[in-house]
Amino acid sequence: MAQKVRRLALVLQPTIFALSSGAPPAGIAVVRISGDQAGTALHTLTARALPEPRTAVLRVLQHPRTAEMLDHAVVIWLPGPDTVTGDDIAEVHLHGGRAVVAVVLEALTEIDGLVMAQAGAFTRRAFENGRMDLSQVEGLADLLAAETAAQRRSALAMAEGQLGSLASAWRQEVLQISARVEALLDYADEDGVPHTLDRSPLAELSTAMQQWCGAPSAERLRDGIRVVLAGPPNAGKSTLLNVLAGRDAAIISPVAGTTRDIIEAPVILDGIPFVMTDTAGLHATSADVIEQEGIRRARRALERADIILWLGAPVDCPDKERSILLAARADELAYDALGVDQLAISAKTGLGMATLRKQLLQKARALLPVPDSFAINERQRRLIAACAIEVDAAHLSDDLLLTAEHLRGARAQLDQLVGRAGVEDMLDALFSGFCIGK
Amino acid sequence: MRDFDVIVVGGGHAGCEAAAAAARMGARTALISFSGDAIGAMSCNPAIGGLGKGHLVREVDALDGLIARAADAAAIHYRMLNASKGAAVRGPRIQADRTRFKASIHAQLAAQDNLEIVEAGAESLLIEGVAVAGLVLSGGLVLRAPAVVLATGTFLNGKMFCGESRTLGGRVGEPAATTLGDQLRNLKLPLGRMKTGTPPRLDGRTIDWGLLERQESDDEDWTFSSRTPQRILPQLFCAITRTNQATHDVIRAGLDRSPLFGGDIEGRGPRYCPSIEDKVFRFGDRDGHQIFLEPEGLEDNWVYPNGISTSLPADIQLAMLHTIRGLEQVRIAQPGYAVEYDHIDPRALAATLAVRALPGLFCAGQINGTTGYEEAAAQGLVAGVNAAARAKGAPDFILDRATSYIGVMIDDLVLQGVTEPYRMLTARAEYRLRLRADNPDTRLTTLGVAAGCVGDDRRQWFAARLAQREAVIAACQTVYKADQIGHTGAAQTLFDWIRIAALTYQDAIAIAPQLTAFSRHVVEEVMEDARYAPYLARQDAEIRDMRASNRVALHTVEYRAIDGLSLEMIERLDAARPATLGEAERIAGITPAAIAAILGHARRRAA
Repeated sequence: MAQKVRRLALVLQPTIFALSSGAPPAGIAVVRISGDQAGTALHTLTARALPEPRTAVLRVLQHPRTAEMLDHAVVIWLPGPDTVTGDDIAEVHLHGGRAVVAVVLEALTEIDGLVMAQAGAFTRRAFENGRMDLSQVEGLADLLAAETAAQRRSALAMAEGQLGSLASAWRQEVLQISARVEALLDYADEDGVPHTLDRSPLAELSTAMQQWCGAPSAERLRDGIRVVLAGPPNAGKSTLLNVLAGRDAAIISPVAGTTRDIIEAPVILDGIPFVMTDTAGLHATSADVIEQEGIRRARRALERADIILWLGAPVDCPDKERSILLAARADELAYDALGVDQLAISAKTGLGMATLRKQLLQKARALLPVPDSFAINERQRRLIAACAIEVDAAHLSDDLLLTAEHLRGARAQLDQLVGRAGVEDMLDALFSGFCIGK
Repeated sequence: MRDFDVIVVGGGHAGCEAAAAAARMGARTALISFSGDAIGAMSCNPAIGGLGKGHLVREVDALDGLIARAADAAAIHYRMLNASKGAAVRGPRIQADRTRFKASIHAQLAAQDNLEIVEAGAESLLIEGVAVAGLVLSGGLVLRAPAVVLATGTFLNGKMFCGESRTLGGRVGEPAATTLGDQLRNLKLPLGRMKTGTPPRLDGRTIDWGLLERQESDDEDWTFSSRTPQRILPQLFCAITRTNQATHDVIRAGLDRSPLFGGDIEGRGPRYCPSIEDKVFRFGDRDGHQIFLEPEGLEDNWVYPNGISTSLPADIQLAMLHTIRGLEQVRIAQPGYAVEYDHIDPRALAATLAVRALPGLFCAGQINGTTGYEEAAAQGLVAGVNAAARAKGAPDFILDRATSYIGVMIDDLVLQGVTEPYRMLTARAEYRLRLRADNPDTRLTTLGVAAGCVGDDRRQWFAARLAQREAVIAACQTVYKADQIGHTGAAQTLFDWIRIAALTYQDAIAIAPQLTAFSRHVVEEVMEDARYAPYLARQDAEIRDMRASNRVALHTVEYRAIDGLSLEMIERLDAARPATLGEAERIAGITPAAIAAILGHARRRAA
């Protein structure tokens, strides 16, 4: 295994980072950076020389590009190889607010050579650097067995499921075309095989695969549909959030600008998961630095929203496609103040709330996989997309050998979809079962 | 005390290569054959090579084997299959003069040091303790040796079928090796049964050649062996004819007298080389099947009708032939027959072709469930080298899937087993773009030199060729502007221009006249690398992964003790006993989750 370990260490170049402690907000948040660039990253973030190894020191963190101050933090420099991962490690202990953590993680992505860790990446790095032997990990026997059983169950479910049969059908078709290509290559001198290849089924196959790549994603089903409440200050966003959430998730007050940070509340409506996000009121005139930061974040949240509940004037709405235009506090408004596209609601009297829920569900269902269908996750989407690229290349190549080579690539992607893949994928699957940053 | 280092049983293509390779390795080698004269006989069609098979022949040549030189010495018709396609799938093939082929093998064996030919039947293996210690000959004489290679072809419990007649034997006029077969059965080695067939041989003087379409030998100058300077013999033509409805009617009427359909033959035959009764039965809608009429020699009147192997009774064979254009008056020189024989489940073998359960025993060729001279020769060479390595205490000689078709074949055999006689196809090689018939010397000779199976002559020749190849590669690094190439775009190296501007050899030497100083074969080999360079680079990563997995040893894993493996997986893993994680991964039906569980289990055992 030693050779394997060395090889992987050579192959994996990027320095990885992630939040190692629990989800914010919390008293302290620990961000860990592991890899060759960890020292450089710490140097960039603190704009100072590296501290003594293994000594906690206080530093001011600044944004690598804008030099904007981010936080006062305790930092620790742990040069490898005697570290938990075997790499150089920098640890940054931040104030545990959501905003601070988010902005520091964002800052780290701007440093060359650093990438956000995937699930299990730290554990994997430790394994690859020979710092951790699987067999030495406590309880690993059980873990492995359980994981295998789970994978078997899920592989079985998948094999019987629609993705399984779809992928099998695709594979069958790719195999059929491959077989025709191979017949042309291997039985060129026989009279029982056609002498030319009809490549048109490849174009159709590629189109079908690409359509699936555009299909709704399983992540939305798992993580919830992102609904962002936005509009000018004091429009009643937080009140609406609390009514939708059925609890006091946001502090509300009649003072404009009470919500300065982003507040998220998971809500289930009619069995569909939503994440409702309340944002700071959008206005350009605030002199309050913190409120300005809140507004900046609100705009970012808007960009990522699946659905926007817009409580401002319809003309100011950033994206009407994704939005439900609301006239909140309808109980306080004059009737003729209502815009044509707006839905009048009142959290206080319940006016329009049933309609709002209905519209939310309608928009959400369009985003989610249809119930009798199935969802593909990001890994599957990536494989199908890669497969579509191979099929396309096979279609476009006029060298039969390269058509065959691309079809082999397509088969390999499909093999990964329905099981039977290489060690690398196996290790990925194995390690993504571990929590990151441990 | 040992009489020999290596004993090889069987003088077919596998046995001859095994014996010669062991002797080249410096092992004192005995080659045992029923009849000294039968050594090197081509018992089936008089052709060597073809798609995939031609690659094997050239790979054996790159390791200094016999078959390519014998093929050149006997070639009376050369044909490069797929000549219009990429070099990776071109298939060199020749028609061989049987007599000259055999004579060349005899001459090469006679010239080989350390090699003795023993004319005798093999009675049984001499087993001492848990290992093979030699061979008992049919007269009772015992030959002692620490390594024995079985290359007995179809002779293990061989049974021949021609219509209603049955004969024990592996080839017409030669006895079967039944006692050895019984011994292997008693040793509880997993055995299976296969069948193969031959067509009737025709008297060429009774064929009306004038009625038939001719296929001439190609007029290129390629040869099979890179050590054969030029073609030797005059070239003959082949002819093409085909079956028709009348032929099929005769066959259908005789099906009840075919042992294939009477259920007498239990062994499985190859899908890709069916008997004519199979073809008619399974593809009844076809109006005819092609037949290549292949001459068997310069002075020989026999003709081999390729495409109509059969076990029908001789009278039906003749009636069938007389319905075919050009064969209306033909006389049969020897009727076709089917032969059924025992083979070992090759999953009982390691990648060295050693039988795992009986140290010292190696198997090569048809006994491992393969078909074809080329497949047999390639296995013979690997078994011979490894048998000699065992006797000398040298390291195993294992070729992986990225080096050669030989590696692909052996990996397939020992991991997947066989359900029909195994025949090489280029489709079996995932790294086909690099495993070409034009570059086996580059791929393999260095490995052969390191193992010790390459003689002085080839070693010196190869060193010079390697130097030339490096010089060509260096010359291809020269940068040319687009207008020098007659193309558009930025300046590139000649290596890149070859791909981008699709340069031919003539284009390349016009642009870079210094290339004419080198052998055209070497230049064209480098040019073919250049054409597929991005694909070869992409495969490099795959190959690194495969080799890394191949280094994780798995010898002592008890698969039944691993939770989460299905019964089917356990059976497959137990049958193939993969030596490495890489081998386990390649066994069909083994999932990534299963590999994770196996790896975890192996680690805990090792800890």
